[in-house]
Amino acid sequence: MATTVLFFIFAGIAIACAVSTVYQRNPLYSAISLVGVFLSLSGIYVTLAAPFIAAVQVLIYAGAIMVLVVFVIMLLNFDDEPGRNRLKYLYVMGIGLGVLLLGQTFYIYSAVMRVPNVAIEQTKTAGKTLSIGQGMYTEYLLPVEIVGIMLLMAIIGAVILVRRLNQPQLELVVENELEDERLEEGMLN
Amino acid sequence: MESVLKTAFPFIVVAVGIGAAFGGVMMIVAYTVLAERKVLGWIQGRIGPNRAGPWGLFQPFADLLKFIFKEDLTPDKSTKVVYFLAPLVALTCALMPMVVYPFGPAITTVDWSFLPWGLGEGYHVLPLTIGQIDVGVLFVLGITSVGVYGIALAGWSSNSKYSLMGGLRSSAQMISYELAMGASVIGVVMLAGTLDLNGIIFAQIRSPFKWFIIPQVIGFFVFLISAFAETNRVPFDLPEAETELVAGFHTEYSALKFALFFMAEYVNMFTVSVMCTVLFLGGWYIPGLGHIFEPGSIPYAVASMVGFVAKICAFLFLYIWVRGTLPRFRFDQLMNFGWKFLLPVALGNVLLTIIVVFFLNR
Repeated sequence: MATTVLFFIFAGIAIACAVSTVYQRNPLYSAISLVGVFLSLSGIYVTLAAPFIAAVQVLIYAGAIMVLVVFVIMLLNFDDEPGRNRLKYLYVMGIGLGVLLLGQTFYIYSAVMRVPNVAIEQTKTAGKTLSIGQGMYTEYLLPVEIVGIMLLMAIIGAVILVRRLNQPQLELVVENELEDERLEEGMLN
Repeated sequence: MESVLKTAFPFIVVAVGIGAAFGGVMMIVAYTVLAERKVLGWIQGRIGPNRAGPWGLFQPFADLLKFIFKEDLTPDKSTKVVYFLAPLVALTCALMPMVVYPFGPAITTVDWSFLPWGLGEGYHVLPLTIGQIDVGVLFVLGITSVGVYGIALAGWSSNSKYSLMGGLRSSAQMISYELAMGASVIGVVMLAGTLDLNGIIFAQIRSPFKWFIIPQVIGFFVFLISAFAETNRVPFDLPEAETELVAGFHTEYSALKFALFFMAEYVNMFTVSVMCTVLFLGGWYIPGLGHIFEPGSIPYAVASMVGFVAKICAFLFLYIWVRGTLPRFRFDQLMNFGWKFLLPVALGNVLLTIIVVFFLNR
């Protein structure tokens, strides 16, 4: 009973914030609304007995990723010019994807309804930290390793992109690029 | 009537618990401010506030009254909604971790059947924690990381260069040191095998060291340093470097709104002191106290709570002491220190702990 009420409260806030994210003119308001979506989602996770996922949702999405987004918005200093509608053709795609998502939701709903409503022993601990950890390092070890390598690649890529080269290295890079351009021009001619 | 009361009873207990914890925390925070002014006075050869009440004891309340009656200014070109929201976000996020603090051991020896209408039936244990969450450590880290918005938004919405620079500096600093802080906690979590704050205290009681500061000494110092940076305190108080940025992100804030930021800073100090105590100093646990009082009894719980508060106060004193003695970092030094020294050391500590735990558990 209490869970249902909480679900509707959090779901309502999440939907309201999501609509606000899309419709706000000011990008910073959009970002704040998105933070609201993440916070209410984590509330829903708590009512679904998944406290670990809820805490991680707040820690990673609201606490780290969105802070960086807010940072970028604050530094870019957008003008208040009226938005030009250059992306009109995307409306059609948006409607198509929306219908697809709705269909998917109904499919999942019917699939869940077909499953017999019996509490399995496993589901009681499914959201707990221990079972998530055990699952990650036994059954799903390969995906975890792949994600780890991908994140490592992203970190190394970020470091290389912002690294300051000293003068001889920089000249070498510039010369190589000039050489490439000359080659391309030669090919074109 | 009775059945309604019975249904509402757990909620009433939780509400009373929240009220008591809120009052206690706010009193400690108020007197931390007074203690800071007194101790800074002594360090600098002054007396400190001594006018309001005996020994200046009513000073915090006098200050609060003054904050309430001051004129509340709002800059003309500010973004009003966000400007109003920012201090609320800052203080709310600072106060929310209070829910999971383990204030003391559970009281198990009291029979609650004396309560009228059979309200106490079925209750045998009174935990001195408001909410027992499976992931207490992550909850505290997550909520405090959301607190960055209060500062960033305050800096942005004031529409002032000083505020914007202060807000940017401060949020960049907090994001950077959150990493080192989280990495330093991992060692403790691995030794304890749980993310629950009470569980970590019990793990320390079971361990041969009693306090995790002994096996996790590197983690402790990394945590302590990043805690100073997280709370924007000296020697990491760059967001408020007066000669450069006036008062940083809260330059344009006045009256009660400024008071909210001020309180949020001190509540955050209290939070990291609690975390430091729970993770590394055994929380409410005092070695040998079980021989004097029976564990689970009321005297045991009270003595443990006093010990808990004493440990927190020691950390708060450390904050004030450091503020009175150390100069400020430069901003590039701060960033280099956080990313190139503190984070690698914390990760090295994690690696070391993994190896030790692996060989111990074999």
